[in-house]
Amino acid sequence: MPEPFIEFKDVCKSFGNLQVLDRANLSIYQGEITAIIGKSGAGKSVLLKHIIGLLKPDSGHILVRGKPLSKFTKAEWKQFKRSLSYMFQNNALFDSLTIFENIALPLAERTRMSSAEIREKVMFRIEQFELGDVEHKYPSQISGGMQKRVALARAVVTEPDMILFDEPTTGLDPLRKNAVLNMVAHYQREIGFTGVMVSHDIPDVFFISNRVAIIENKKIAFQGTPLELEQCDDEVVWQFIHGQEVLQDQLTGLHSKLELERALKQELERIGKFQEVFSVVLFSVDSLEQIREKVGYIAAQRIFQCIGMSLRENLGTAGYAARFGPEEILTVIPQADSSRAELIIKEITAECSKQDLMKPQSYRKVCMDFAIKAGIVEVRNKMDLEEVISLARKHQKIIAKMECDRKRGPK
Amino acid sequence: MAEKTADSGNQGFLGSINWLGRRTLEIIGELGAVGIFFAWGFALIFSLPFQFRKIIQQVYFIGVKSFLIISLIGLFTGMVLGLQGYYTLVKFGSEGMLGAAVALSLIRELGPVLTALMVIGRAGSSIAAEIGIMRISEQIDALDTMDINPMRYLVSPRMAASVIVFPMLTALFDVIGIFGGFLTGVVLLGINSGIYFNRIYDSVVLKDVTGGFLKSLAFALIVSTICCYQGYFTHMRSEGFGARGVSLATTSAVVISCVLVLVVDYILTSFLL
Repeated sequence: MPEPFIEFKDVCKSFGNLQVLDRANLSIYQGEITAIIGKSGAGKSVLLKHIIGLLKPDSGHILVRGKPLSKFTKAEWKQFKRSLSYMFQNNALFDSLTIFENIALPLAERTRMSSAEIREKVMFRIEQFELGDVEHKYPSQISGGMQKRVALARAVVTEPDMILFDEPTTGLDPLRKNAVLNMVAHYQREIGFTGVMVSHDIPDVFFISNRVAIIENKKIAFQGTPLELEQCDDEVVWQFIHGQEVLQDQLTGLHSKLELERALKQELERIGKFQEVFSVVLFSVDSLEQIREKVGYIAAQRIFQCIGMSLRENLGTAGYAARFGPEEILTVIPQADSSRAELIIKEITAECSKQDLMKPQSYRKVCMDFAIKAGIVEVRNKMDLEEVISLARKHQKIIAKMECDRKRGPK
Repeated sequence: MAEKTADSGNQGFLGSINWLGRRTLEIIGELGAVGIFFAWGFALIFSLPFQFRKIIQQVYFIGVKSFLIISLIGLFTGMVLGLQGYYTLVKFGSEGMLGAAVALSLIRELGPVLTALMVIGRAGSSIAAEIGIMRISEQIDALDTMDINPMRYLVSPRMAASVIVFPMLTALFDVIGIFGGFLTGVVLLGINSGIYFNRIYDSVVLKDVTGGFLKSLAFALIVSTICCYQGYFTHMRSEGFGARGVSLATTSAVVISCVLVLVVDYILTSFLL
């Protein structure tokens, strides 16, 4: 691993009685985009402000190429600062200057360029960020999305070595958001600046990041590549990257995967002690991924939702059901043998068959056959978790089917 | 019981001494901060490259835009001085001295003080509000991150412009005020115009004029420093958040500047006489 460009070592920061950072350690490498993610108010912006010197740590050090910022001479600090740009969360545009003057300000104040040179550089950015129409307007006269682009244009106009982005995409519509992320990635490849980006746009921000850091509970809970992030099994990290699934599970009434695993372990322990019985049912939807891709995201979600909702109705508070994989729902039904589990499956079959999503006429444009399968395992003896699941997979049978109306065909 | 009362009385006394001490230390600290702020902002006026454009912009904002209000106030002040002066002087049969009375009170005292008070109301409050808003909306931080010194960019041009503009506005005030006195004294009440101007010529010496200008220079530095300081440190107030913070900063800027102008006026007058 090369030497980090910027390194936080045991940085602590409090505002009055409120501690925001507690021994935070973070490494940022040259030429990479590092995404910092975390809940609102977790201290992401505070981290950024430490790099540029707007805030100073209460204790700990911030090292730039191995040298603490606190030991920088005035000239070194000036040089370092000139190589940085900062894009503020609320843009911090100068509201008494026009858009052109805003973008030109760092060049006009810091360099000895002629006004023609400044104009050329600024106009290039104005065109690049599609701001031509608003060049002579004031920040309060343009939309929030445009203000964001002006802030971005101002940040890149000096061609800095490092840009600190404080939520550059917050408040933008999806198209503009993608355009901004695209632009950051494109510009980063072209110039090769180091980027530090605070963002909530999961997973979009991972696609353009070389490294990801998660800040949680005043510390850096994870730092590594996006691939390492996906492989990480820490609960906090999992919640961050599967945020969307967590929301979907709440909508479908499913438990979290962790809750289910806990319940399953508990039941397996009880089997060892009290010789009770419980059932595990594994539902799966064949080719759900393909449905998601070809038919649509909402159709795929509805199928899952149907199983989840009917499960919740039939199990009440007694059982646990959670998304187990992209196409599977695992259910634990305590003190139930296989006949009770079969009854529940029948109910679900009846319930889901009534829904529009099981009717071919709902898929007028694109249609795909699919089947809902369920496999029951009655657990009477102590078994491994993996063993239970592979048995359930083996026992799976089709419980409901949707076949497209081939005669009519898609319209 | 008696002991308890004595004890609480003692505590109350100690508490007030404590409060007094704390307040004194706070005020001394604040004065020090203002002093450093002034020295830093003033020194940066002379840093290269000179900020001609920005200084001219501020001269326009603080000076040219105050032209009308200063003229108007000057005119009516001179007129009322002429009126009051005439009725006082006529009792002693010396209404011929009206020109001297109007000119001396304007040049020595009313000109610099009223000009300063008017500029505080018109430009000082807006300086504090503008810088305050820039502070709370992170625009000052943005300047800092761009390695643009906010003191040099925001404070120095305003100080320089004030130093240029205050004496000029004072001169304008004096001239128009004397003309106002002429309107009431000569045109309205019938004093001979030759006597009016001749008395001015006889009584006003250069020391009066330089004294007045010295005062206006001192007021320029006080007003620009206090108004910029209040806006610049809006966020350091205990209630310095959002619009309320800016409104408090503006109020303090106006009140403190006005009080200081009058206090410093007294001190300077006692030295100049």
